[in-house]
This record gives sequence, C-alpha cells and structure tokens, in this order.
Amino acid sequence: MAMTGILRPGHAQIRVLDLEESVKWYTDVLGLVPMGRDSQGRAYFKARQERDHNSIILRQADRAGMDFFGYKVLDQAALDGLEKKIRDYGIQTERIPAGDLMETGERVRFKVPTGHTTELYVDKKPAGNAVGTENPNVDVIDGPGIGPVRLDHCLIYGKDIDGNHDFYTKVLGFHLVERVKMEDGTTDLAIWLSCSAKAHDIAMVRHSEDDKLHHVAFQVTSWEQVLRSADILSNNRASIDVGPTRHGITNGTTVYFFDPSGNRLETFSGGYDHYPDMEPTTWTWDEVGAGIFYHPRKLNEAFLTVVT
Amino acid sequence: MPEYYNITIEDTGESYRCVDYRSVLVGMEALGKKGIPVGCRSGGCGVCKVQVVEGTYSKRVMSRAHVSEEEEASGCALSCRITPTSDMRIRVLGKMKKNVCRPASMTGTPPIFTN
Repeated sequence: MAMTGILRPGHAQIRVLDLEESVKWYTDVLGLVPMGRDSQGRAYFKARQERDHNSIILRQADRAGMDFFGYKVLDQAALDGLEKKIRDYGIQTERIPAGDLMETGERVRFKVPTGHTTELYVDKKPAGNAVGTENPNVDVIDGPGIGPVRLDHCLIYGKDIDGNHDFYTKVLGFHLVERVKMEDGTTDLAIWLSCSAKAHDIAMVRHSEDDKLHHVAFQVTSWEQVLRSADILSNNRASIDVGPTRHGITNGTTVYFFDPSGNRLETFSGGYDHYPDMEPTTWTWDEVGAGIFYHPRKLNEAFLTVVT
Repeated sequence: MPEYYNITIEDTGESYRCVDYRSVLVGMEALGKKGIPVGCRSGGCGVCKVQVVEGTYSKRVMSRAHVSEEEEASGCALSCRITPTSDMRIRVLGKMKKNVCRPASMTGTPPIFTN
C-alpha cells in the first residue's frame, strides 16, 4: 500500500494557562523551534527535523487540554474525497479558511464520535529542517532542550471509542494495530490505530468524559535519547509522570511528563513497523499492566486516569 | 535562606515540613508522604484539589475546569499551585477518577473510568 490519503499527524493545538511561561518551556526544555505568533496571540512551534512550518500551536486559555488534532493529507483530490466520505458517513464538516493557522492552507474540520475536534489539510508551508535537503549533514542534537525529531501521535480519551474505531478505519483509512480488552473479554478498553507504517498514529481509551487529552507524543531517535529526555526534564524540575521505561504495546521506549499547564507529553522511540496485512495484537485484561508498562507489569492509576 | 512551614492534612492527620519554594503537593511527595492524590503537578488535571482550612499561601494560575473563581476566593486550590507562607491546615477535595474496570455487560454503559 502506498500512502495516498492521510499521511501523518500534522498539528496539535494545546491549551496553556500561562502563554509566556509555556513558550519558554516548549523552547528551552522540550526543545521545539519557535516559529512565530499570529494575530490571535497563538504561539507556533515545529520539531527540528520537521519540514513543515508548524506542528504545535499553543493557545492561552483558562484550562488545559487540546483544542484540535490535525492530519496532513497527500493532495487536494484526496482531501475532497475524504470530506465527501466523512459527510456521507453522517458527520458534519466545515472548512476553515487558509491562513487561519499560520502558513497553513484550508482545513476540513469535524468532530469524531468521542467529541474530539479533528482536522485534515493539504498545505503547510515548507520551512526546512535543521540540515536541508541537499548533501545534508547528520543532525547532531545538541539542544536547547530535548529537541525531538517530530510530532508522532496522540492518545485521546472519550466514551464512544467503538464509534471512533469504525469511523477511523472505514472513512479515514486507518488500520487497527493493537487493542486492550476489558474484563468481559469482548469490549475494547483501548485501541491503537495507524495511517502509515508506524505502530500508531493515534490511540484512544474508553473514558466517562468526552474530548479529553491523555498525551501528545514526540519521536526521539533512540532509547538513549529517551533517557536524555528524562535527564533534561529533571534538570529543569519538570513534572515527570512515568519512566523512562518500555511499553509492551508498540514495544516503544518512553518517558511521560507534563507541560507547565499539566498537559501530558511523551518522548517515544522505537516501536515496530506496521503493515495493513498484519493481524492486530490483543492484550487481555489480566495482562494489560505489562502492555502499558512492560517492566512493572501492573496498572498505574495516575497514568490511566489523569487527563486534561 | 529558605523558610519552612508545617502542613497538616486534616483528613489523615499526616503532617510534613514544606520548604517555601515547593508547592504543598510536591512538598508532600518530596518527603515520601501521602494523602493528596498526585496528578500533573502543574495546575491542569485537578486531582490534587484541597480546601485550605488555616494558613496563608501564594498561588499561581490553575485550571478553571477544576477550581472556579468563587471556590478560589473561598480558599479552595489545586495544591500543586500553592506554596506556603505560613503553617497550613488543609482538607483534601480532589480524587482520582477510580478505575472501576467493570465489563460493559454489567454496567449497561461502556465507560469504565467513572468519577
């Protein structure tokens, strides 16, 4: 399968309680590249190896959480086709004009069954990565901060993850990669979905409230870079949640931490490749502790239930 | 020189010494004490909500999804966002959203993480 529709997670707009404090933290501790601000006061960032102008947008608000998550689509024909499929499925869409987000083209916006505002777009102005595209050097990551490679995935919480599963697979063209079953052995507690050859591009957990964010994740290049992330976080007295450790699910290595407004973030490395012909992996309720964190092999209540 | 204040959690009788540059929540954690649920430690998730019964403190911005203006004015706060300026007595209001883990067939509704 060649990728012809949705390519990858492209942007996330995150609510922060103190914009200036957050801009400093996302720049100096997380190590994203500041890319400017718009007339609404939103602050834009990209990860160092991303080529498009922005991937993280911070908006000052009176509560934490995620406003929307957007995917980049291959071309206009694919976007138009996806919009028609979404409407035919019975979900309303609206078009947000080009330029509403800095250096970003028109976006198709809709709500998935768990209430999360989700977007598709084609154009985001190329801004160049750290090394260029002609005879590039290797990017030696030397700071400031963690300096992740790219926005990788997010995990969302909401009620109707079965509805999300149906919509994401039938309409948006994602594949089920892994799932966790509840105690009844039938109901999905959580699912991991991919639109690419990554182990996941989005995951979702069944939860009593809709439109919640569990975490936004960034890719780093190795387990050592995960450890380095944790060192930089502790040096800066950042709030670390769990890790560094490994997931059974996806096999990725990980550290979870919180931004200055309490939004959980992750730096993530590894994870196997997934292809659409592969049978999904299933975790039973009794073994899910090892699926989530492979070494302690037990459930972590704060990790599972603290969301914004 | 840092100042130290005594924090008492009325619910459990637990008390600990909190240095003035640490929040009431992180001061508890740093000494291995328990009693207030620990979440994001950054004013966003709401699980460490407390009512200040006695004492003074300075505070930073916290999520309005969890503490209203009226509550804040009446001494309610997320304990990760307040630092002591005197000895304090607090009551715990926040809680983890319990992971009930009931199968859908038993509850009639799929959600398992309930308040």
